[in-house]
Amino acid sequence: MPLIRQPKNFLSGLLFMGFGLASLIISRSYIIGTAAKMGAGYFPRALGIILIGLGALLCLLSLRSTQEPKIVWRWRPLAIVLLSVCSFIWLTNYLGLILTSIILVLISSTASEEFRWKEALISGVILGLAATALFVYGLAIPLPMWPTFFSSGA
Amino acid sequence: MDIINNLVMGFGVAATPMNVFYAFVGALVGTLIGVLPGIGPVPTIAMLLPLTYGLPTVTALIMLAGIYYGASYGGSTTAILVNLPGEMSSVITVLDGHKMARQGRAGAALCVAAIGSFFAGCVATMVIAAFAPVLSEVALKFDAAEYFSLMVLGLISAIVLAHGSVLKALLMTLLGLLFGIVGTDVTTGVARFSFNIPELVDGIGFVAMTMGLFAFAEITTNLERTSGQRELLAEPIKRIWLTWQEFKQSALPILRGTFLGSLLGILPGGGATLSSFASYTVEKKIADDPSRFGNGAIEGVAGPEAANNAGAQTSFIPMLTLGIPSNAVMALMAGALIMHDIQPGPEIMTQTPELFWGLIASMWIGNAMLIVLNLPLIGLWIRLLNIPYRLLFPMIILCCTIGAFSSNNNMFDVWVAIVFGFLGYIFAKLECEPAPLLLGYILGPMLEENLRRALILSRGEYTVFVTRPISLVMLLLAVGLLILVILPAVSKKREVVFQEEE
Repeated sequence: MPLIRQPKNFLSGLLFMGFGLASLIISRSYIIGTAAKMGAGYFPRALGIILIGLGALLCLLSLRSTQEPKIVWRWRPLAIVLLSVCSFIWLTNYLGLILTSIILVLISSTASEEFRWKEALISGVILGLAATALFVYGLAIPLPMWPTFFSSGA
Repeated sequence: MDIINNLVMGFGVAATPMNVFYAFVGALVGTLIGVLPGIGPVPTIAMLLPLTYGLPTVTALIMLAGIYYGASYGGSTTAILVNLPGEMSSVITVLDGHKMARQGRAGAALCVAAIGSFFAGCVATMVIAAFAPVLSEVALKFDAAEYFSLMVLGLISAIVLAHGSVLKALLMTLLGLLFGIVGTDVTTGVARFSFNIPELVDGIGFVAMTMGLFAFAEITTNLERTSGQRELLAEPIKRIWLTWQEFKQSALPILRGTFLGSLLGILPGGGATLSSFASYTVEKKIADDPSRFGNGAIEGVAGPEAANNAGAQTSFIPMLTLGIPSNAVMALMAGALIMHDIQPGPEIMTQTPELFWGLIASMWIGNAMLIVLNLPLIGLWIRLLNIPYRLLFPMIILCCTIGAFSSNNNMFDVWVAIVFGFLGYIFAKLECEPAPLLLGYILGPMLEENLRRALILSRGEYTVFVTRPISLVMLLLAVGLLILVILPAVSKKREVVFQEEE
């Protein structure tokens, strides 16, 4: 039997301890103060300590008790989904909302195993036009509709 | 009678053409996302929050509330017609509702779900009208120490009543508290955890965080599953009506479900999902022939459907009166109020009674609308269910991305959504529920503020929390709940209650 029988709990414990530790390190420079006169560092430091303590408890508990299945990570769909969102950040100000929306839909569609080019392209065009109509005209969000590299100062 | 006067005032607010229109939009959008599996009310409400900036507060809330109960209603349509729940709260409806549909009784199942929900909705509205003023009057007498203990109790019971590991939920809440205090500390003016990023000085974007945690992470985990077949009902539904026999069978379960749901909805951590599970368990326990359950028992649809709608509505009570959201949707509602510069809590009822009573009255209008809206539109919802997920999810991603941007008209918020999407995926893989994190996030600043104030008043004496009787009772309740749930016997029972959703 492996030592860590519940990998999900063990990793969660580590994750929470990591956040707790980060909180302690970052809040080092904030004044703690006293209970009666709390500084900015009092509450975050308390949270950090509790997170580390309970996180460690979670790790310990994962060593005993019943065996659990391994975690199956599948990074591809996640990477694609997040990349498609990144494309929005990088492209919108240059290509405008309509083109960017189409690109976002195309990229994210590939995350599905049932991806089909034609279908994704058609739905991208429809969604791009609809989203632009709704957000740029309907809600007046400050994003360009069309590519800006023709006009000066893109 | 005060209640009557208040309700009349509420209807005056809710029945204006604009508010009726937005209640309609909310109920419609809610039903739509409820019907579609793979997108829940949390990301939808987060997505639409920026759209409500321009609206008056009461109108915004009426629409958002409509989305919530509309979703819990639409979820049952999917649960009955397809063998998968449209929403968490209708997980239990699948068991008997879909069986009924397979037996050619889809019409009866849909009808009893509609009647049950409507009845429960009406009763729950009355419950809110009766209880909320009492609670908020009590809450107005609270001092910082009581508030702190109340929040602790709220967070603990939300953990205990939620499903999954208690320890992990507790840790997620604490992490939420930590995320909640990012940004400028109101008392000292220090920008905490801001890494010199100007956008972070205002705190982590609420909308963007929710999008990442709930929408992006959920989509990614959905994509991992191999496309499961949907057993869509092929035959047309003949008539949506009940026989006298079926009506008699479902009347009492609806009553019991309404009662249970109204009660459980008020509890922190309660709400629609827990209510429907509890009601199903009760109906099965007291049935003459429990083996009928799971094979198309109409009681197994009537009770839970009434319960989930009642629970969905009464869960507004703790948020509106105490300022303590009891589930993720209520955390969003509290966020919406804060965005409109209204602090959730007992002051809502005294300072903006038209907001409170208008919202309550709108629930009635919304429930009536759901019936009118849904029974004739069943055909449309069935057609919607045929849209494959591969076309749906890019649309959700696009809307959420633009939604995250539009919350502050800022690309930084889109980055926040990406980071939380990544974190959310890891949480999902590690089976850490994101809802407690959201509750912690909303309550973080308030919890710190009240802790601070209580300790200033007591000159640093922590005993203030146990010497003040109300505060002591609440802390004891919280500790008691925690001990209770850790006891082996209880934790086993708790697993049983939630096991049917696996």
